[in-house]
Formats: sequence, C-alpha cells, structure tokens
Amino acid sequence: MTPDQTAGKAAASDQVAPDPPATAPATVTTKAGTRHAWQLSSRSLAVAGVALLIAVVGLFPLVFTNPTVTNIGVITLIFVAVASAWNTFSGFSGYLSLGHAVFYGTGAYFLAVAARDWNLNGAAVFWLLPLAGVVTAVVAVPVGLVALRVRRQTFVVVTIAYFFIAQLSASNLTVTGGSSGLLLPVPNWAPETFNNPFYYVAMILAAGTVALSVLIRRSVFGLQLRAIRDDEDRAAGLGVRAMPVKLSALVLSAFITGMAGALWVYFIGQAVPQFVFDPLFDLAVVLMAFFGGLGTVAGPVLGALILEPTQFYLNLQYTNNYESEILFGALFLVVILFLPRGVLPTAGEWVTSGRIRRLRDGWLTRRARRTANRPAPPATGNLS
Amino acid sequence: MASEISQAIAAGILGGGVYALMAAGLTLIFGVLDIINVAQGIFVVLGAYLSYVLSVHLHLDLLLGLLITVPAMFVIGVVIYWLFIRPLRGAERTSMTLLACFAVALIIEGVLYREFGSNYVSLNAWYTTGSVHLFDFYLADIYLIGFGLAVVAMAALYLILYRTKFGRAVRATMQNQVAARLIGIDVTRVSAVTFGIGTAVTAIGGMVYGAISGGFTPNSGYDLISRLLAIVILAGLGSIGGALVAAIFMTTAEALVDVWQPSWAVVVFYLAIVIILTFRPAGLFGHRAVRAQ
Repeated sequence: MTPDQTAGKAAASDQVAPDPPATAPATVTTKAGTRHAWQLSSRSLAVAGVALLIAVVGLFPLVFTNPTVTNIGVITLIFVAVASAWNTFSGFSGYLSLGHAVFYGTGAYFLAVAARDWNLNGAAVFWLLPLAGVVTAVVAVPVGLVALRVRRQTFVVVTIAYFFIAQLSASNLTVTGGSSGLLLPVPNWAPETFNNPFYYVAMILAAGTVALSVLIRRSVFGLQLRAIRDDEDRAAGLGVRAMPVKLSALVLSAFITGMAGALWVYFIGQAVPQFVFDPLFDLAVVLMAFFGGLGTVAGPVLGALILEPTQFYLNLQYTNNYESEILFGALFLVVILFLPRGVLPTAGEWVTSGRIRRLRDGWLTRRARRTANRPAPPATGNLS
Repeated sequence: MASEISQAIAAGILGGGVYALMAAGLTLIFGVLDIINVAQGIFVVLGAYLSYVLSVHLHLDLLLGLLITVPAMFVIGVVIYWLFIRPLRGAERTSMTLLACFAVALIIEGVLYREFGSNYVSLNAWYTTGSVHLFDFYLADIYLIGFGLAVVAMAALYLILYRTKFGRAVRATMQNQVAARLIGIDVTRVSAVTFGIGTAVTAIGGMVYGAISGGFTPNSGYDLISRLLAIVILAGLGSIGGALVAAIFMTTAEALVDVWQPSWAVVVFYLAIVIILTFRPAGLFGHRAVRAQ
C-alpha cells in the first residue's frame, strides 16, 4: 500500500466517520441492552428448561406406569449417565475409548459378586453402587497408565484390546461364573412399580453425571482437557501436565460408568459375559455422543434420549438381530458422514451462520445505501 | 510333551504366515491412509464366505476361486473407500474413519447374518483334511498351502511396493502426504488402490482362515480383528516387515499356551499388547510418532 493510498483510506474513513457517530451510540446502547436482556432471559430460560426436564423425567414413571415403558426409561437414563461419562473423558480429551464396556462390566460383576457374597437384597444393594464405582475407578488406574502412553489412534486400538481381555476373562474366570454368568437377587417389590426404584436411582445417577459434566466443562480441569484435545504437545508446552489430567478424567469417567454398569446388572438380574461385555455397547455409547455432539454437555444426553428408545423400538420391530445391526451401522455412517460434529453443534452452526449472514447482509445494504448517497472515493473501492 | 511343543511351534509358524498377510493389509492401509481399518476382520470373514459360495454353489476349487474373490474384494475395498472414507476430512479424521470402518463392519456382519445365518460353516476341498509327515511333524496340508499362499502374496506385495512406479508413489505417500501431492502424485487414487490391495489380501486370508479354523460365523470377525490389531500394534503401526515377525511370534506363543491352557490361549495376544506398550509405546518395530498428531 502506497502512502497515497493510505492517505486516501484515512481520508475515506474520515469522510465516512461523520455518518456513524450520529446513530452509533444509540444502536450500541440498544444492542448492548438487548444483548444483556437476551442473556438474562436465556439463562432463566435454561434454568426453567432444566427444571421442566427434571419435573418431566421425575413424573414420567408416575404417568406412564406400563412396565415396558418404564423399563425403557430406566435403560435410557443409565445410558444418559454412561454417554455423559464417556464424553467427559473422550469427548473433552479427544481420546476415543472403545473400551468403556470394561468399566461397565467391572462395576456389573463387582455388584453381582458382592450382592451374592454379602447376601444383600432389595434396596440395600443400591448402597453398593458407589463402592462399585470406586472399585471400577481403581481398576481404571493401571488401565489408563498403560493405554494413555500411546498416540491417539493407537489408544483406540488398545482400548479395544482391553475390551477383549475383559470379555475373555469374564468367560474363563470362576469368580465371574464363567460363560454361564451370575444371577442377581430379585427384590420382592410389587410388579407394577417394580421398575420405579431403579428408575429414580438411574435418574439421580444421570443428573449427577450431567452436573459433573457441566462443572468439569467450566473448570480449569475441563479447559486443560480440551487443550489436550486440540493440541497435546502445545498444551504440555503451556504447562498442562497431560498424563495426570488425562488419567483423572479417565478414572472419573470409569467411576460413573462402573456405577451405571452395577445399576444396570441389578436391573436386568443376571451377568453373562456376552451381554455385560458387548461390543455394541461401546459403539452405542460413542454413537450417542457423536449424534448429539462430541464434547458438548447436552449432546450425549440428547443422543441417549433419542437413540436408546429408538434402539428399543427397532428391537421390538425387528426380532432379527441382524436387521437392527444393519440399521445401526447405517445410522452411524450417516451421522459420521453428514453430521460429523453432531446434531447440536451443527444446528448451532446453522443458527450462527444465519445470524452472521443477516448481519452481513444488513451491513452490506447499509453500506450500499451509504455509497449510493455519496460518490465512493476510489481508494475504498480498492480496499473493499 | 516335547513333540507337542515342537508341533505347536510348527503350526504357529505356518499359521502365522496367514495372519501376517492379513495384518500386512491392515498396516499398509494405516501407513498410507492413517486409517485403522477395524473392518479388516469382517473383510476376512466376507472373503471366506465368498469362497464358500463359490465352492458350494459353483463347485469351484478353493484355490481357483481366489482368482475371483481377490479381485472382488479389491473392488469392494475401493468402493468402501470411495463412499465412506474419502469424504472424511479434518482434524479428527483418524478417529472418524475408525468409527466409519466399525460401522461398515457392523453392516457387513448384519448382511452376512441375513444371508448365511449364525451356523458354523467351513471350507472344504480335497487338500483341507490331509496332512504330510515331515521329519517328526505331522503338518496339515492346508497349513502348508496357506503358508505358501501367504509367502507368494507377501512377495507380490513386496514387488508392488518396491519394484513398481505405483509402489514408489505408495511409499512416498506413506512418508509425507503433502510432499507426495506436491510432486504430482494423485494421493486419492493411491489411497483408493492401497485400500483395495489391503482388502484384497483378506480374500486369501479368508480362504485359508475358513479352511483351517474348522468353522466360522459372521461373528468370527471380532476374534480376527482383535488378533490382527494386536499384531499390528505389537509390530508398530505401519511396519509391514514387523507385522510378519509379530504375527509369527504371536501365533506361536498362542499355540504354545494352547498346549497347556486352551481357554486362555487367546489372552496371550492381548497381554502381549499391554506388556509391550508399557515398555515401548511405539511397538516393537514402530518409530516414535510416525506422523505428528
């Protein structure tokens, strides 16, 4: 740019400048005002939305008393917890785990063995859930110490290997009852409301997990995780101690997944290796998080709320396992190819790009009006 | 006991050849495309079922059938690459393609269940039951044939990679994709053909696997892919020669444990991964960080 042009530009902006001050302060204040009000209302809207959601979820089994429906409700809430827990590690850190079934199964088998050995029954078994979580978290420490040493692509494969080790161990060890599995005590609750205790425990677990997810996302810890996701070397260079951060996230995620697995196994009443360690479980959880939006708080919740009932419906619709398998795979492909960042972020992008387009169009029309009113200086034409 | 052990070692080495071939396809795909093709296991099963269809319905000899199944698997590989892998771009590409491969595997598994059911089938020919007595060993014919096929295919792979212009393009793409693009290599075409070659070897692997495993179902894909992944991780992702060594090492170790504890034999595979990665995160023959993340 030559000095002449710079001068021209300065002159041009000088010429343009008198126009905005007349209107700018007013628009700025109104803009700031509306934005402020909008923020307030969005926050109160969010609070109201969450309260409404809790009320709806809480009242759900009292309105829909059909055991088939509440059954779906229980499993869906368990998956809300698992998908959120998976997301707090994998979604935030970028290390995709295809081995969360290991943690799910560890919690499940712990509960099955503990309930049998300690002769627990009824609601007392629920008190074992935190313990199951702790045991799973302890198991996750050595698992993470080895698996998190490798690069991201290899990590996925190592988690798959863990999955197969766990599955084989469960079918070969005597403590897990081998391939015939373990039976759990059946509480003697009334059949019509049998699912309700499970439902409310699952609801507490899901709500707690989502709350934890929100807290982590807003904390320094969550920021460190996302820094690792974006560029691990740079994060390490900026002082993030990557290994402890990744490991804590994995252990925390395993803790919740273990509790969810324990609750699930008590609900379905038996622990059999091929159901406790199911490769489709891992895929289902990953798909839920991807579908809703990887790394967001609401995404996995939305994914679980939509996909788990859908899967039940498909299983009811198609008694053949392979048809739901094909559909599941196809759905996964569609999500990956067309909504790679999930429903929520993609929708958010549409909204944002729409807003940007409107702003730009408005600015263009305003500029067009302005340039129409007065002959444009040649330099502005070059610069625009 | 001693004869059992030497027998196990012989079977392990011969069986390892076939796993080496399948793992070579997997590691080649990773080296060029940065994709962990978790569908490789189900591709092998698909190849086995293709051989099964040809031999049962068309009464075609298994070895002759390879002339059809190998090109067929090549085409399937290229089509899958073109439809589902090529469109994926961006920072999370490796993870996304892995999930896409998993989804493809699920669909193929579902289709196979639909077509063939969940009953065990096995591949039979006049050479699948006999065995030869060599020195002190009884070696099943099919193990020898499988090993021979694997050697031929690996040699062909080697010639393609190191003696042709296309192979040079593949190796250039492995080393640096951007630079390869800059010197005029059509990286997309190289990737598609590589994916096809990596898939085509599963036709051979599937034929041999179907004959030596004593029966397979669509579900066998999980067992296969976990072994193959163990082999390539042990070898270090992207190392073809390493895959050969690791495959023979693993199958021999498994065959040895099988002598004492049959139900735990497979665990050897996964324990090996955990132990190796604890001490050498890049695998036995891998380089640290082949490509920056």
